[in-house]
Amino acid sequence: MIAVLVRDLRLSIRSGGGFGLALAFFLIVVTLVPFGVGPEAAVLARIGPGILWVAALLACLLSLDRLFATDAEDGALDLLATAPLPLEGVVAAKALAHWIVTGLPLTLAAPVFGLLYDLPPPVWGWLLGSLALGTPALSVIGAFGAALTVGLKRGGLLLSLLVLPLYVPTLIFGAEAVRRGADGLPAATPLLMLGGITLGAAALLPFAAAAAIRVNLR
Amino acid sequence: MDLTLTELACARGGLPVLAGLTLSVRSGSILVLRGPNGAGKTTLLRTLAGLQPPLAGRFAPGPEAIAYAAHADGLKPTLTVAENLRFWAAVFGTRDIGPALAAFDLGALAHRPAGELSAGQRRRAGLARLLVTGRPVWALDEPTVSLDAAAVSRFGAAVAAHVAAGGVAVIATHIDLGLPARALDLTAFRARAAPLPAAGGFPDEALS
Amino acid sequence: MSIWDYANPRRFMRVSSWLLPWSTALAAVTLAVGLGWGFFFTPDDFRQGSTVKILYLHVPAAMMAINIWVMMLVASMIWLIRRHHVSALAAKAAAPIGLTMTLIALATGAIWGQPMWGTWWAWDPRLTSFLILGLFYLGYIALWEAVENPDTAADLTGVLCLVGSVFALLSRYAVLFWSQGLHQGASLSLDRKENVHDVFWLPLVTCIAGFVLFFVALLLLRTRTEIRARRLKALLARERMA
Repeated sequence: MIAVLVRDLRLSIRSGGGFGLALAFFLIVVTLVPFGVGPEAAVLARIGPGILWVAALLACLLSLDRLFATDAEDGALDLLATAPLPLEGVVAAKALAHWIVTGLPLTLAAPVFGLLYDLPPPVWGWLLGSLALGTPALSVIGAFGAALTVGLKRGGLLLSLLVLPLYVPTLIFGAEAVRRGADGLPAATPLLMLGGITLGAAALLPFAAAAAIRVNLR
Repeated sequence: MDLTLTELACARGGLPVLAGLTLSVRSGSILVLRGPNGAGKTTLLRTLAGLQPPLAGRFAPGPEAIAYAAHADGLKPTLTVAENLRFWAAVFGTRDIGPALAAFDLGALAHRPAGELSAGQRRRAGLARLLVTGRPVWALDEPTVSLDAAAVSRFGAAVAAHVAAGGVAVIATHIDLGLPARALDLTAFRARAAPLPAAGGFPDEALS
Repeated sequence: MSIWDYANPRRFMRVSSWLLPWSTALAAVTLAVGLGWGFFFTPDDFRQGSTVKILYLHVPAAMMAINIWVMMLVASMIWLIRRHHVSALAAKAAAPIGLTMTLIALATGAIWGQPMWGTWWAWDPRLTSFLILGLFYLGYIALWEAVENPDTAADLTGVLCLVGSVFALLSRYAVLFWSQGLHQGASLSLDRKENVHDVFWLPLVTCIAGFVLFFVALLLLRTRTEIRARRLKALLARERMA
């Protein structure tokens, strides 16, 4: 499993901009929103956390359709499925690699992007915490969606349709935690729910995803 | 280790393709699968690899003893040949990739990214993976595609060495590898279409 | 004889061909009685006026939207565990009906909400949950359409339905957490004190029964069509093979 993780990380570094691409997309979305809603600082500070969460979610979605598709095209997925590793472990390792390449850099960069929306420093902490707790769930849920659509010729759009509704609870609790934190309200409940979703998804979804991959390879 | 198939039946896309395959491949021998396109060679090999469940029957040893190689090599273009092989060695729990590199004359190419290789060189790297799996039964689907004459004989030597060490090889190929092998024409085991089901009878009955 | 015998497509076709006209007729009568009763023979609400009568479409449609998803979940589980093709095809056949029920609930809700709340749409927990439910239906239907091999499609949609159900429930509670609503409480509950008044209650229950029967009739019809389509596909494939 560590071998799979290391290989996927190495591949995304070598293929150029594995780390950079999601961040660049994040930056573009964050830049575009003020053009749409107007430059008033008060409005932007109000919607900032939500925008950052939605941007993180979209950036995460961007690279998902390649998660298993490249391995399926060059035959590596067949070989991984016949390897002594449990396929569930392969899925988990690949989801973790996806998170390290997309979710982790976004989490670390979010406070910087928060500056663009004039978010006060105490909110940075809430932003960092909620993204750190929530983005792993995005990668794991996304891996499940990618597993469902791995055999399809044009799975990209379908993948978004399948995965985005599954992202709803993560998005709600994530953005809510930041909002409550910023307003000085108790934010433990949404943070705990967020952590619960991440842990539950990480524990159970690799099994569903591996089952879907086996069905698709048949 | 002998490979035994007992009344094995396989399906492709939900439709039966092969039925009643009963045979045994002794340790140290080679079985060459023949038959026209669509005869079920790939289906049989994928079934042996455990990628799809058999429709009926069984085979021993199970997929965990079988190393499968198909048209696609599973090589990553941005990784070097050695990195690719080392990855598969780690996945299959073996260490040494030296013999695999030597057997397919890949020493000089070991540190070149797989994406820069020619089709034949990539194929050799893909076949070298078989050696790092350390599995006794090789299930190979058209392994000699895009290999030149010299590489084909190298491949033949690798298969010969593998079976000489007690392994088994099941190979779907149209060319003569110059090895002592038993040929099996799969058209003889073609699944007969079941009689047409009565109105409303589909799907359960017609599939079984 | 066990209930599983009806999972045999041949027997299902025979029984359903007998059941279909009866359930259709019964659904038509029940709906006509329920809706007629509700629309013409109940008093206007003292605050809401005659607008309240859209209740007889809105509440049953909303109930069916949820119950059809639950039925699909059960049918998917039966397919995944016992591999009965009829079960998978019934789940497939139910999905567009469920989506339509969701749309009816949303549309009648908007028409009701405009005069009552002064808005067609509010990001209220119930409304939002139904929108999300609609998205789940869309994804489920799209996955069925996208996958070529019917058994593969049945397996994948079954797994999606299972995972989707968990996330739909989670979304429901997340949405409740996220917004306080305008929507009134449940119209029906087992605790009769909570219920709407008897004059409204009886025609409403009749309407719900009518919607359930209507769903059963549609489901039988659509499942029969799916079975025939599967059979046609198999026959064509066999012809190509021979």
